[in-house]
Amino acid sequence: MCEQTPFTIEQFYKHVRQGKLLGVKCKKCGKIHLPPRPLCDNCFSTEFEWVEIPKQGKLLTYTIIHVAPIQFQEMTPYAVGIVQLEKGIKIPGMIRGVPLEMIRIGMQLIMEFEECKPAQMWPQWSRYYFKSA
Amino acid sequence: MKGKPLVSIVSAGLSKFGKLDGLYAREIFAEAAKEAFDRCPNLDPKKDIQALFIGHMGESYEHQGHTGATMADWAGLLHVPATRVEAACSSSGTALRAGIYAVLSGLCDVVMVGGVEKMTHRTTAEVTEYLAMASDYPFEQWNGITFPGLFALMATAHMHVYGTTEKQLAEVAVKNHFHGSLNSKAHMQKEITLESALSSRVIAWPLKLYDCSLITDGASCIVLTKPELAKRYTDTPVQIIGSGQASDTIGLYERENFTSLAAARLAAKKAYEMADVKPEDIDVAEVHDCFTIAEIIAYEDLGFCNAGEGGRLVESGETRLGGRIPVNTSGGLKAKGHPVGATGTGQAYEMYLQLTGQALGAQCWRFRRNSHGSHL
Repeated sequence: MCEQTPFTIEQFYKHVRQGKLLGVKCKKCGKIHLPPRPLCDNCFSTEFEWVEIPKQGKLLTYTIIHVAPIQFQEMTPYAVGIVQLEKGIKIPGMIRGVPLEMIRIGMQLIMEFEECKPAQMWPQWSRYYFKSA
Repeated sequence: MKGKPLVSIVSAGLSKFGKLDGLYAREIFAEAAKEAFDRCPNLDPKKDIQALFIGHMGESYEHQGHTGATMADWAGLLHVPATRVEAACSSSGTALRAGIYAVLSGLCDVVMVGGVEKMTHRTTAEVTEYLAMASDYPFEQWNGITFPGLFALMATAHMHVYGTTEKQLAEVAVKNHFHGSLNSKAHMQKEITLESALSSRVIAWPLKLYDCSLITDGASCIVLTKPELAKRYTDTPVQIIGSGQASDTIGLYERENFTSLAAARLAAKKAYEMADVKPEDIDVAEVHDCFTIAEIIAYEDLGFCNAGEGGRLVESGETRLGGRIPVNTSGGLKAKGHPVGATGTGQAYEMYLQLTGQALGAQCWRFRRNSHGSHL
């Protein structure tokens, strides 16, 4: 799958735009990287293949941001957390659609994808977020 | 080289920390350098100082990079080899490490290391954005995670795993503001109450305003030399007998856990081994309390208590002036202030004062009549 595409962070977000969560698997040692890397930090191989990562996982920790950078000020207060997915993958993301006082460590969350015009730049570029599973 | 001096500190300087309106970073650094020169009449800065290492985090504040050369010039050290070190909040701590490399390599006899940051003329939103540049861009910044947000993620995890409380976090702020009230160079010199800390507005839950260090202007510096040359400059050098440095993933989310900093543990282990001392030998410490949770985690990572006991350690009063191991006698980043690039050597400045008995209001009794000491 997608063998010809570069193993880059930009490509990761192109997949996000298509509603896919993909990491890369090192062909030599089998380590899965998310985000993708051009050089395996375990065995220094540069040979990878894209692999689909299950989108559901467990909330490891979270915070409610009240003072935000300029680009995010209109969204405050908003929740962000770090989610444990399968295969040892951890990923940060916003938590939406859950009342802030109902967020708990250990709760099951699932990744959703935002609709976004292709040409937009950060912070409007296509992104993923988490909602209650 | 176990337990042997690596380098000697022969002088130190610190500008006033605070909201220094109308000053550029270079002018603030000149104030710190002047104090270091005045403290050490035997030092001829132009002749003796062979290199300058400067910690500075952000060009955005003053629209000004190229900090090494600028600070060298404004400290009266024109043409000295000058190197800027950027390592986020540990910029001048890392500059100090670079100074140690320079002296130990034999290339330099005397070097100045320092740091500077001018921040307060920017809005809180701007500062929040600039500080976030030290965090991962394509995953953390893109998801609206701020720097307080990262430490809040650690605080939530620490509370969940160890039962640490918001009150224990606030105790760090109360203690450090008490210490700051004794320091005439601190940004905030007023004590605060536990109630005011707990009821302050939320920045990134569970961290509130009083859990966060201050946006501050300031500069700091110290002068290092070879131990065998130290007596040429002062009768009371402070010896650095251990040093450690380590790094970790840029993204918090990739780390093994969120309740401890592996880099801090590894660096501490190196420094303890080199110095041939144990955590229980430490009499006084300055640690990186950029947020109250960071001081609690530092107690644990530096071995002042076991993992998970940091909240109870601050509650016990043992880290307060007069306690078993006073921590952040300067007021810390919390009350003295956190001009990011100046913080590391600002901490070294405080340890220099403590170990030479010059810390005035917050002087630890142990070092009052002691003219020699060691800094870890």
